[in-house]
Amino acid sequence: MSNLKETFLTPLGLNNPVAVQVLGICSALAVTAQLEPAIVMGLSVTIILALANVVISLLRNTIPNRIRIIVQLVVVATLVTIVSEVLKAFAYDVSVALSVYVGLIITNCILMGRLEAFAMANGPVDSLVDGIGNGLGYAIILVIVAFIRELFGAGTLFGYQVIPDCLYEAGYMNCGLMLMPPMALIILGCIIWAMRAKNPELQEK
Amino acid sequence: MNTNSNAYTIGYASIMVIIVAFLLAFISSSLKEKQTENVKLDTKKQILSALNIKDGDVAANWENVSDFILNADGTLSAYDGDFRTNYSDTTELHVFESNVNGEKKYVFPVRGAGLWGPIWGYVALNADKNTVYGTYFGHEGETPGLGAEITKPFFTEQFVDKTVSRDGNIVLSVVKNGKVSDSSCEVDGISGGTITSKGVDEMLKSCLKRYSAFLSSAAADATSGATKVENAAQDSAAAKMAAVDSTVCALKDTLVAKADSIVKEVKDELKK
Repeated sequence: MSNLKETFLTPLGLNNPVAVQVLGICSALAVTAQLEPAIVMGLSVTIILALANVVISLLRNTIPNRIRIIVQLVVVATLVTIVSEVLKAFAYDVSVALSVYVGLIITNCILMGRLEAFAMANGPVDSLVDGIGNGLGYAIILVIVAFIRELFGAGTLFGYQVIPDCLYEAGYMNCGLMLMPPMALIILGCIIWAMRAKNPELQEK
Repeated sequence: MNTNSNAYTIGYASIMVIIVAFLLAFISSSLKEKQTENVKLDTKKQILSALNIKDGDVAANWENVSDFILNADGTLSAYDGDFRTNYSDTTELHVFESNVNGEKKYVFPVRGAGLWGPIWGYVALNADKNTVYGTYFGHEGETPGLGAEITKPFFTEQFVDKTVSRDGNIVLSVVKNGKVSDSSCEVDGISGGTITSKGVDEMLKSCLKRYSAFLSSAAADATSGATKVENAAQDSAAAKMAAVDSTVCALKDTLVAKADSIVKEVKDELKK
C-alpha cells in the first residue's frame, strides 16, 4: 500500500517528469501561453499515459525485446487516435479546443519514458498509479508555467481579466515577452532551479 | 516460449498491426456519421456566428439561412446539394444569404493559411455588399495567446462597418498592430501574431476577390439601374415639395396671427 502511495506521489515532487527528469519540454513550451489549454493538455496526457501504461504492463511478458519500442509507440498512437475519434463524436467542443494537442501527445517523451522504464517491469495496478502520478506531475508544472505566463503576459486567467484597470492607468503594462515560447523555458528553468535549491539530494555531485 | 526468435517477432508485429488496423477501422467507421453531423453543425454555428447569431438552437436558426452558388455573371443560383463543410474548393463559390432583423445579409466563406496550419473564416456583409456586418475566424493550431487570438471578439468585432472594396479592389485589410492609417477599411493585427494576421489579410483579399463579380453587381445596381436613379429623383422632389408645403403653411399661420392681432389693436383703439 505504501508502495503504491510512493509510486503516485514521487512523480508529483521529487521525481517530477518535467522538473527533475526534464522530459516533455517541447509540449510544455507550446501549450502554456494560457491556462485553459495547459489544463486540457495535462489531463489528456494523464488519461492516455494511464491507459497506455496498463496496456503495456498487461502485454509486457509477450512483447519481443527487439521491437518493444515500436510496440509501445503503436499502443500510444492507437490510444490517442481512439480518444480523439471518440471526442470528435461525443464531445466535439472539447476536441476543437484540443485541436492539434491530441496529436502532440504521441510524441511526448514522458509516455515513452514511463512505458519503457516502468510499465515494462511492473504489474497493471502499479502501472496505472504510476501513469496517473506522472501525468499529474506533468500537469502541475504546465499549470504553474501557464499561470505565470498568462497572468503577466496578458493580465488574464482563463481568459478573464484579473489585473485591475487602475493598474494599467497607473502605467502598468503586460509583458509581451511572457507569451513567447522562450519565456516558458526560462520559467521552467527557474522552477527546476528552485526545486534543486530546496532539495539538495537532486543536485549532481 | 522464446520471445526473441525472428519468427515470434515477425508474427507478433503482424498480429499487432492487424488487430490495431481492424480496431481503428471499426471505431472510425462506426463514429463517422456522428462526427460528420457534428462538423456540419459546427460549420453552421460558425456561419451564424458571423451573422452575430450566437444564441439559440443552431438547427432552428439555420432555417433562416439559404445556401447559394455564385454564377460567372454575378448572379446567384440556389444550391440544393448536401451541406458542405469544406469551402477550399474554389470551382464552386458559395454565398449564404439570410435576413437579420429584416435586413438582407450575405456571408462569404474564406480560406487561407496561418503560421502552423490552415485558417478559415466567414465574412458577413450588409445588403450593400460593401460594408462588413460581422466576421468569424477559426484556426487549426495557431499559437495560443498569439495567433490564436484571431478567434476572439476583440479582433473579429474590429471588422464591423469596414469597407470591403473600392474601385473593384478589395481594400479590407489587416495591418500591423497600431499601424492603421485608413480606419475605414483597415484593422489592427495581433501583436506577436504577425504571420497569422498576415494570413488573415491575404485570406480576405484572395477569397473575397473571387466574389468580385457579385460584389460589384451591387454597385452596378445603384449607378446604372435607371429605375433606382429615377426613384431617388422622385423621392427628393417629393421631399422638396413637402418642405415647401410646410413653409407655406407656417407663413400662412404667422400671417393669420398677425392679421388677428392687427384687427384686435384696431378694435381696441376704436373702443377708446
